[in-house]
Amino acid sequence: MTRPWSPAIRRYLQRLALFMLAYMALIFLAGYLFRHAPPQGLLAYGVAVLPALPIIGVFWTVGRLLIEETDEYLRMLHVRQTLFATGFCLTVMTVWEFLQNYDVVAPGNGGFGAAFFWFMGLGFGAIWNRLTAGTCDGA
Amino acid sequence: MKNRLKVLRAERNWSQQDLAERLEVSRQSVNAIETGKYDPSLPLAFRIADVFSLPIESIFLRD
Repeated sequence: MTRPWSPAIRRYLQRLALFMLAYMALIFLAGYLFRHAPPQGLLAYGVAVLPALPIIGVFWTVGRLLIEETDEYLRMLHVRQTLFATGFCLTVMTVWEFLQNYDVVAPGNGGFGAAFFWFMGLGFGAIWNRLTAGTCDGA
Repeated sequence: MKNRLKVLRAERNWSQQDLAERLEVSRQSVNAIETGKYDPSLPLAFRIADVFSLPIESIFLRD
């Protein structure tokens, strides 16, 4: 049975789609520029940060969902999911940092930064909600 | 916290969706409250009491 989404979830999905499209465009643009016409000085900082902006937009989007969701039970599920994601991300990054500190693993993140693990944590948080609250409705 | 939501709903022949619409919450919320997985906030508990025209203490009971 199709489950209707709350207006807050609909806005969340619209914003998410918008920021994901922007991310795709900006990651290709920044990559193209650094390969073919590398920006210099301050401009290099600006271009390098471009792909980070839509990711920050996704963090804002999740924050707006927590503010705009009027159903207190669904909001509680969203909060649990984001707390789970934050805990998961901090755990992975902390363990990884110490592995690097003692040269057990190679330095660098291979393109997998904190945001990647936080978003992965959101997915695990949804599974956790499903297992413990019987629903994964949420972010 | 225990509650009599399911019984009160059945007495009125309301589905969970019917009650959810009256309370302006999701059906999942009604289900979670009914099954004891979630205790509603005081404002929502008052709304539930209003919908059933009953005092809160006759809907929600101590464990």
